[in-house]
Amino acid sequence: MSRLIGEPLPRVDAPLKVTGRATYAAEHRLPDLAHAVIISAAVGKGRILEIDSRRALGEPGVLAVISHLNTARLPYRPHKGWIDPTVGERLHVLQDDFVRHWGQPVAVVVAETLEQAEHASHLVGIRYEAEAPSFTVPDGESIEPQGGYPANYSRGDADQALATAEHRVDCTYLIPRENHNPIEPHATIAQWDGQRLTVWDKTQFPTNVAEELAAVFGLERANVHLICPFVGGAFGTSLRTWPHTTLAALAARHVGRPVKLVLTRKQMYFGTGYRPETWQRVRLGAHSTGELTALKHEGIAETSRYEHYIEGLLNAPRFMYSCPHVTTSYRLVPQDVHTPTYMRAPGAASGMFALECAMDELAHELRIDPVELRLRNEPKIDESRNVPFSSRSLVQCLRTGAERIRWHRRRAEPGALREGHWLVGLGVASATYHTLRNTASARVRLRPDGTAVIETAAADMGPGTYTSLTQIACDELGLPPEKVQVVIGDSNLPRVPPHGGSQTLSSVGSAVLAACLAARSARQERAHSGAIAGSEIVATETSQPGDATKRYSMHAFGAVFAEVMVDVDLGIVRLAHMVGVYAAGRIVNPRLAHSQAIGGMVGGVGMALLEETHIDRRDGRITNANLAEYLVPTNADIPVFDAVFLDEHDPHVNPLGVKGIGELSYVGVAAAIANAVFNATGKRIRDLPITLEKLL
Amino acid sequence: MDSATTSQVQLTVNGKPVTLELDTRTSLLDMLREHLGLTGTKKGCNQGACGACTVLVNNRSVNACLTLAAMCQGASVTTIEGISENGRLHPLQEAFIRHDAMQCGYCTPGQIMSGIACIQAGETYSAHAVREFMSGNLCRCGAYQNIVAAVLEVAEQAGGRR
Amino acid sequence: MRPVSYARATSVAEAIAALRAHPDAAFLAGGTTEIDLLRLDVVRPNALVDINALPLSRIEDLADGGLRIGALARMSDVAEAPAVVERFPMLMQALLLGASAQLRNMATIGGNLLQRVRCSYFRDVASPCNKREPGTGCSALDGINRGHAVLGTSDHCIATHPSDLAVALIALDAVVRTEGPRGARAFPIDEFFLLPRDTPHLEHPTEHGELVVAVDVPAAPIARRSLYAKVRDRESYEFALASVAAAMDVQGGVIRAARVALGGVATKPWRARRAEQILVGAPAQRDTYARAAREELASARPRQLNAFKVELAQRAIVRALETLAETGGPQ
Repeated sequence: MSRLIGEPLPRVDAPLKVTGRATYAAEHRLPDLAHAVIISAAVGKGRILEIDSRRALGEPGVLAVISHLNTARLPYRPHKGWIDPTVGERLHVLQDDFVRHWGQPVAVVVAETLEQAEHASHLVGIRYEAEAPSFTVPDGESIEPQGGYPANYSRGDADQALATAEHRVDCTYLIPRENHNPIEPHATIAQWDGQRLTVWDKTQFPTNVAEELAAVFGLERANVHLICPFVGGAFGTSLRTWPHTTLAALAARHVGRPVKLVLTRKQMYFGTGYRPETWQRVRLGAHSTGELTALKHEGIAETSRYEHYIEGLLNAPRFMYSCPHVTTSYRLVPQDVHTPTYMRAPGAASGMFALECAMDELAHELRIDPVELRLRNEPKIDESRNVPFSSRSLVQCLRTGAERIRWHRRRAEPGALREGHWLVGLGVASATYHTLRNTASARVRLRPDGTAVIETAAADMGPGTYTSLTQIACDELGLPPEKVQVVIGDSNLPRVPPHGGSQTLSSVGSAVLAACLAARSARQERAHSGAIAGSEIVATETSQPGDATKRYSMHAFGAVFAEVMVDVDLGIVRLAHMVGVYAAGRIVNPRLAHSQAIGGMVGGVGMALLEETHIDRRDGRITNANLAEYLVPTNADIPVFDAVFLDEHDPHVNPLGVKGIGELSYVGVAAAIANAVFNATGKRIRDLPITLEKLL
Repeated sequence: MDSATTSQVQLTVNGKPVTLELDTRTSLLDMLREHLGLTGTKKGCNQGACGACTVLVNNRSVNACLTLAAMCQGASVTTIEGISENGRLHPLQEAFIRHDAMQCGYCTPGQIMSGIACIQAGETYSAHAVREFMSGNLCRCGAYQNIVAAVLEVAEQAGGRR
Repeated sequence: MRPVSYARATSVAEAIAALRAHPDAAFLAGGTTEIDLLRLDVVRPNALVDINALPLSRIEDLADGGLRIGALARMSDVAEAPAVVERFPMLMQALLLGASAQLRNMATIGGNLLQRVRCSYFRDVASPCNKREPGTGCSALDGINRGHAVLGTSDHCIATHPSDLAVALIALDAVVRTEGPRGARAFPIDEFFLLPRDTPHLEHPTEHGELVVAVDVPAAPIARRSLYAKVRDRESYEFALASVAAAMDVQGGVIRAARVALGGVATKPWRARRAEQILVGAPAQRDTYARAAREELASARPRQLNAFKVELAQRAIVRALETLAETGGPQ
């Protein structure tokens, strides 16, 4: 049997997706389904004074208008899932008359049909006592984040080293809030059967939905079942269980029928989390020859008043380059907003933008080629922890990428390359993302008919979990793909970490590997012992990381090169080409890995040039809560990108030797583009997105 | 329900005659998804800004979300469920699989319907032309270059036959 | 969406009569504006009169060499009509750049002219908006107004008119033909769009029940060398930050005639008459174009986030005219 790991097996769920037979959350059919629509607060802060639902209730088909006035107090038992903020308490929806953020759910209308529910939602009269919400990033009262990533880090004396450095740069970078905007809106279908609750939801973390709902409603965990076989894109917005899921279950209980609740596109902007706005200041000190002597990186991010959202904003600066004196400090500014959440490469996308732009500014200051500057600062170990990297191929990524984009064409002097009315520029940035692995379990059933079923509570939002787990199982069990079925997206299946943080293959893959091995052993034992064949062999294994993370620093690295064209008069920025070279350990499926890579690169184009959530600070309203004005890249914006994976063997990260790649490919893209824009125009744009008015 | 606000619609969906009495507010998209169980056509924004709901009406690509079902009286509607014949995938569906022109799969049906329209319209003489024609279909997963490759490949295969 | 009754008209007379009988009825053509705004509760008809079956889709030649485009002709059909492609390339381009392929198949010429503004405050019934509810104020003046207008504004409304087609049509001196309670009428297109002034809720001089039936585009040999250029953040599927419809007749290095109109920057499609005055008789070169553009934008009134449009519009005019002078048409 030939090995499938390492082969570009076509996506096993592709036939379902291209025929429209993949079933997403809102598409499960239940008899007697009613429809719910959330009414969102029209003020940014304050109290609800009155809810008048008489007109709405008088409309045909309307079953209920649910609000804090007529819904039971929910137990809301304490529950912090893996991905919930450590400090603070989640929103208790419809439990009081406070409005904490613009768009907060304040009522739910339930009706026989979607049209009836939507119409009735316009008829509910709500009066508020409104206050002006406050938005004060970065100068507002800030707090030190606790739990999770450290707020402060220091080695050496960065202030002193900066003061005495031969050369210095001091740059401040602003990244606005961004929204995930997967094409599938969040949706939940909830059905009660006594004290048993079944939900079809859109989630990256199936077991967490069941746990959260059990906690909210005071149910036995075993009585909550979540089903989610397909996720229409998520990028982090489906890691947590959001209020609408609770509201669907609440509505279903209230009307005694299964209820479907789908967020409108507008509600996606405030019904789930987002990448927080950040302010960052980077100061670098270096010798004339380019060696860094000092690195001081400060970051301030927004959070809500009811939860402290923390991400790894300033992890990379501590280990990315060799530098004896490093200080990072990270603070949060609570505002009258809803809580941010992880968005593709959380922390790293924002922090590396600042670091990689600052490195480019330093390179320019020193008159050293930006690729060369990074090569000169390649560390031998992780200097923040004094442990070696489990593997690190940044140097090869930089060199390979430079060759592929023909970096030699780049002129050191900005504005030197021009084609007609287009200024041409080349830029580079390093990329890194941590390699996570956590405890995961999987079950393998070897059926008497010669097929195998792999069961695990993982999810697949597009990276190809179904396919890569199939490949692992095929190789271990010696079966062809047609004989292996992977079942995921079910909270009753063996537990795994969330499908996020690029840890699914490392964690779940390792568990599937272990379970397959166990199943094979069990089969061999049965054969030897002469036991009766004909019944199913079942093996469940839990795979845990060892202590390798204590002895090694584990990250994937890459290098992104961008070639941009900037209209000399109109300021329009267009991508001519982009090259991403990544070293992410073993590549289980080059076809899927390539898709992940180009996908991350496209996301980075959005971050660099287009994306910004517009907030009217008078009342906190998001004015571009739609896909016509919150701009994501279109097909016409994206030429053919070149994404390459270098061979990298890492025996420490996990038994498969894989590192996550879904987020690595998003990191550094915005910086590479910003650096290319500088090379093209001589204009350094430090606040995203790089829109044309900043270049006029 | 007030009878003045419902209408009877008769149309053809994927070659089959359909007659429904519907709330006039029902979009073509919701008619397909909620009333006919054809959930292959997707709702992404319900405002004509993403293209996930693209279907063919009388052989033209349209956004089903901004079309009322009632407006389709007598029309012939083709959805993703209707383009394979006798279990055989449409060449573009096969090309999408070959080129991995998807990731999460949610925009995929709309992309394929627009891809079919693109090839029919002859807007495939260059990658640039395909990209521009297909720009009414957003893909947040970023599969664009693979989508374009799939459309170009099928266009080339179809060249000369249409 | 509120409950609406639905009826299909089979003749123009029937359609007009249906609206006359119901003050709360509305015509329904492509639906891309009507259904969108109905769902947002911004427009509140309780009856829809579907006019898609009316025989108003033809594109026919006029005796003088111009074109009569039926109001129900779809954007996609008009964009590929040979007469349009050959005689009025700016029109073709404005249509192709004006919407996605799907929307171009759905949207009609008449509907495109009658589309409503994209201002997010107009589109949200919870926010004060003089256009939607006269007298409640303009939330955009001190709000998020990056996409709003710098020309033709008032303290009551600064919303940009979003149509690309209308910009090309105004450069071509089109005439909008209607039929309604007062019989057949014709409006020079510049008069078909009203400035907001202190009545932003009034956008057209037409009355309830008056149906746009055709748009006449007069013969214009100058238009054979014309273009429509659209500047926006992303490459496609977006309204204009600034756009220019331009045509020029240059002989011996001197501009004999010029048509210039602007989109994305004004509260109505904007015929740049000041710019045209400066262009005619002047040398066809960059400083002429820059001077004309500067004069045209001299009356601009920017707000906090859209001031860049004043500069952008000028540069877009210069670019459009230079491109025309160089290549003679669309790139």
